[in-house]
Amino acid sequence: MYDFKALYEANSVQEAIRLLDEHPDAVILAGGSDVLIDTRSGKLAGREMISIYGMDELRGVSIDDEDNIRIGSLTSFSAICRDPIINEHIKVLAEACSMVGSPQIRAIGTIGGNTCNGVTSADSASTLMAYDAVMETEGPQGTRRIPISEWYIKPHQVAMAHDELQTAILIPLKSCSGYTGCYMKYGMRNAMEITTTGCSVNVKLSEDRKTFEDVRVGFGVAAPVPIRAHTAEQAVRGKEVSEENIRLFADQTLEDVRPRDSWRASKDFRLHLCRTLAEDALREAVRRSGGVING
Amino acid sequence: MLVGKSVPRVDAHDKVTGMTRYTDDLCDKSAYIAKVKHADVCHAIVKSIDTTEAEKVPGVVKIVTCFDVPDIPFPTAGHPWSTEPAHQDVADRHLLTKHVRYYGDDVAAVIAEDEISAVQAVRKIKVEYEELPFVLDAQEAMKDGAPQLHEKYPHNILAHTDVRRGNLAEAIKEPGLIKVEGWYDTPTVQHCHIENATCFAYEEDGYIVVYTSTQIPHIVRRIVGQALGIPWGRVRIVKPYIGGGFGDKQDALYEPLCAFLTTQVGGHPVRLTCTREETFANCRVRHAIRSHIISWVRPNGDIVARKLECWSNQGAYASHGHGIAAKGMNAFPQLYPCDNVECDSWTVFTNIQVAGAMRAYGMPQATFANDCNIEDICRRLNLDPVQYRKDHLMPVGYKDAFSKNELYSDTFRQVLDKGMEYIGWKEKWAAYQKPQTGNIRRGIGTAVFWYNTAVWPIALETSSCRMVLNQDGSVNVQMGETEIGQGEDTAAAQMTADVIGLPLDMVHVLTQQDTDVSPFGTGVYASRGTYISGMAIANTGAAFKQKILEKAYEYTRMQPAVMDIRDGNIVRTTDGRVLMTMGELATAALYDRERSEHLSMEKTTQAKTNAYSFGCCFAEVEVNIALCKIKLLNIVNVHDAGKLINPELAKAQVEGGMSMGIGYALSEKMKYDPKTGKLLNGNLLDYKLSTFMDHPHLEAEFVVNPEPTSPFGTKSLGEPPVNPVAPAIRNAVLQATGVAFNELPMDPHLLYRRFSEEHLIR
Amino acid sequence: MAEKQYKLVTCTINGRKRSEMVDVRASLSDMLRNDYRLTSVKIGCEVGECGACTVLINGEAFNSCIYLAIWADGKEITTLEGLSGPNGELSDIQQAFIDNTAAQCGFCTPGFIMTATEILNSGKLYSDEELRKMLSGHLCRCTGYENIFKAVKKTMYSRLGMEYKEDDGPVSDIKVLNSLDFDNHRTS
Repeated sequence: MYDFKALYEANSVQEAIRLLDEHPDAVILAGGSDVLIDTRSGKLAGREMISIYGMDELRGVSIDDEDNIRIGSLTSFSAICRDPIINEHIKVLAEACSMVGSPQIRAIGTIGGNTCNGVTSADSASTLMAYDAVMETEGPQGTRRIPISEWYIKPHQVAMAHDELQTAILIPLKSCSGYTGCYMKYGMRNAMEITTTGCSVNVKLSEDRKTFEDVRVGFGVAAPVPIRAHTAEQAVRGKEVSEENIRLFADQTLEDVRPRDSWRASKDFRLHLCRTLAEDALREAVRRSGGVING
Repeated sequence: MLVGKSVPRVDAHDKVTGMTRYTDDLCDKSAYIAKVKHADVCHAIVKSIDTTEAEKVPGVVKIVTCFDVPDIPFPTAGHPWSTEPAHQDVADRHLLTKHVRYYGDDVAAVIAEDEISAVQAVRKIKVEYEELPFVLDAQEAMKDGAPQLHEKYPHNILAHTDVRRGNLAEAIKEPGLIKVEGWYDTPTVQHCHIENATCFAYEEDGYIVVYTSTQIPHIVRRIVGQALGIPWGRVRIVKPYIGGGFGDKQDALYEPLCAFLTTQVGGHPVRLTCTREETFANCRVRHAIRSHIISWVRPNGDIVARKLECWSNQGAYASHGHGIAAKGMNAFPQLYPCDNVECDSWTVFTNIQVAGAMRAYGMPQATFANDCNIEDICRRLNLDPVQYRKDHLMPVGYKDAFSKNELYSDTFRQVLDKGMEYIGWKEKWAAYQKPQTGNIRRGIGTAVFWYNTAVWPIALETSSCRMVLNQDGSVNVQMGETEIGQGEDTAAAQMTADVIGLPLDMVHVLTQQDTDVSPFGTGVYASRGTYISGMAIANTGAAFKQKILEKAYEYTRMQPAVMDIRDGNIVRTTDGRVLMTMGELATAALYDRERSEHLSMEKTTQAKTNAYSFGCCFAEVEVNIALCKIKLLNIVNVHDAGKLINPELAKAQVEGGMSMGIGYALSEKMKYDPKTGKLLNGNLLDYKLSTFMDHPHLEAEFVVNPEPTSPFGTKSLGEPPVNPVAPAIRNAVLQATGVAFNELPMDPHLLYRRFSEEHLIR
Repeated sequence: MAEKQYKLVTCTINGRKRSEMVDVRASLSDMLRNDYRLTSVKIGCEVGECGACTVLINGEAFNSCIYLAIWADGKEITTLEGLSGPNGELSDIQQAFIDNTAAQCGFCTPGFIMTATEILNSGKLYSDEELRKMLSGHLCRCTGYENIFKAVKKTMYSRLGMEYKEDDGPVSDIKVLNSLDFDNHRTS
């Protein structure tokens, strides 16, 4: 039994927005794999809940008229993992989503929940960061599109008002075209794991596979919110695909990351992981792109 | 013969169909829900408790605080009671406490109509504390001026014992000795049975009835009686199927409190189920033990003298107490015997949660320390670690003066040879000895152990068994040894079937212990189940069989001496003729209008023996230095547990123990906030129990040297598998990296720290 | 909550259509255990970490502890009780758990069998690594997962009409790692 003050079920986006407006204290319940746990622990006990779980219109992946991959906010990690559009255009997102928690958590957890809870350990977030995703929200003022770079304000706070609802995550096809990615999740065990540090790298190589035309990298748990490491990206963009540059890239990530000490891992260890994972993930992304190091 | 056959578990069908009923499944929906108010300070005196707001929560029935409970201190350890006061367990618990000794100690309890009301009320209870300084480390707690937990125990020392053999001071004067010294630290870990601790209680006919998930129903009955200050016979404990125990449930957990709470609401059923977080924070844990070993060896490896000091972190209350550290310490001079030994062990109270029994009772800690030190000797002297062990382990014929345990056969050589062969020791060890400089490095390691069977002569060993002939000729068997997942009921059924001469389906082991009905027995712990119940079954069964044959004489006119029971029939042994079936005999005897008799037999068997059990582990690892990760490539445990009653069940037990050992080696550790003493990772996400993806194939093998003291040739197996795993993995990592990990778990945090110290990572 | 809030939840449970007024605060495991007495649904953590409460919802495995009962409306729910045939015949995976000694204390068993059922119903052949990943949402302390793995793998092979071969030998390749080769392939 969960300690709810009351529970409302929204059957449409408009109804959800109206309910949010009427209940300024209410919490959105999507898949519940965070909110229900916080309710049980007491953090969200005794609150009003607005369940949007039944809103099938927010489920599914498609390509919209503006050439964006459109992922409905309630799409589960499992659904993303097996979706043909995702696997064709941005396979690394499926890779990242396949590392969330456990199979049952992936069945209930939603990508919208994963990005709206504003946590840095979200496995999907670093990849969405690295592909310049855009968050679509609906509210009384209508539709807004917020680049992911402006989405995260601080831990547990995103750029969305109380009466707004995230409805979709958009990834421009042009952001995927020609890029190949690799997500590395570091955990203390191989399943059922909260990410110690996560790193999502993608590369676009020149035709001869010898030059980094572009490199992008997103990190989770390398800062209070998910981040990009622009300094590192800049350092190797246009440069030769070489061991030296892969290491340079890895070293340069330290200019951008700012992990904290916690009992889950020390700051020094996380710094070491940022560099090590960046190096390994870039090398693997190059390999997946058919690139030749020092070729 | 059924003993020695891998028959399916007798409880398997119900377990795969969802028909098995555990404690919570049996609780009536009308039961009130009890929730405990846990202290959110680590060490304090409770000044006052304000329940005003909590009482207002709708659905609250009653709130009980530490000021409302009887002032009767009681012990909780699941030991057989001792009639000598000096040997009784320390009585230092109250149902609820005014003196908070660890973060989460129990100060009040709410009884409510439903769970949400109970939880809400607990959150609204206000407790005023006078906070005291606290100490979390055992050696710190022994220092002058350290915070004191219990008045009776100065310097927080619950107990100190020692072993002295030969003359160490003289022996180490020998010139040319090499001193190999190490400090070896094992962490606090938890059992993680998947069924949380749970019980419910109600009153009936002036009795308190408690259904509980326990390994030790008759002991819990005694403890509930003691805690409430009522006659023990007024308490009835019922133990249904349980979802794992591993020693945590070899303790009275919340049964005494739950029994008390039902008396506070007129005997209405009250259920007290721990959440997973409470199972972590408020039940028992394995003692963290720090061991300091110095070995003085000759250049050829001969061990001249050894010194062991160990400090065992007891936590806030005595529970099983010094038994754990003492068991490990007493094992130390036996495994690698040497003439000059000094051992000291201290068990020390600290302000962390209570340590109790956990699978292998002190031996995982001792085995880690001992076999790390032995490996360190091998490396220092450049000796083959397997050969060194073979040369220095207890020799055939070794006999322990205290337990009278004896090593009858060349077991150690046999288990080591078998393990070496499986894992391909020779080639791999040689290959990995070559210098490795890359990021990925491999190593192979081994470790050995011995373990006791049951608790004699430290404590009483007794088991009662009742056999009853049913109308159809089948036999019901009742004992105090509980089924906790290990397969006790199946083994008991196999043994009974053989002793009497029945097919398996004519033996019904009554799985549920009910202290009003079941014969007295102390439960399962110390890997005693099959060994001790086997004795009870052999004795009771033999007497019962004789009684049945004497009864058969009345109907067959054949002498018992020429009859036997075979496959459920009374058979004339001289020509093999079936004289009557057991069913015919039972019906005839029961419904006999002249001499009706219900055939049954009940006997108490006391054991005054113990038995050495042995084994080893070989592990092969691959270490990724930059990622600070250890990947286990291959692992094998080889055991000599005597004759295996059910080989497949035995194998399954070993695999489970190996898994627990892998967690102990690589990932499991309870973490406490040094600033508050609060447990930080008390849930299944943050406590890193191995998942399906964290193991390679687990290979379990056996050598069989039947144990002479057991009628079935069997000895301990339940706990032993956990013992050698962590040191074997540690020794493999040492070969791979050259880094000696003298601390567990070897998780990425520790690898990062140690690899940084050794400049293996930039 | 001033007044308890209920909702009529109509769903198919183990093949039978059922309706019950359910407290909106109830989890699916609350409803299955308390309202329908389907006690194979085990409670081990209540936060989706142990997998003991796993049931199938429209054929997919979910932790019923973190799934609201009201969400089950209109869904098809299967618990372990629903796997046996009308006369108590065991399904192949249940029999495999018996034959391979895959249950010990039995507390994690119902959840494991439900996830295994989803895996097997896919009709696909999975590698060992894939199988381990698909089963990784369940914790077990008794078995070391060894016999559970065997039970699922053998049943998968048998459903696909393939021969199962016991392969318990050690990984036997020996890499002599004395060069810098591995510096370039750190995560391999």
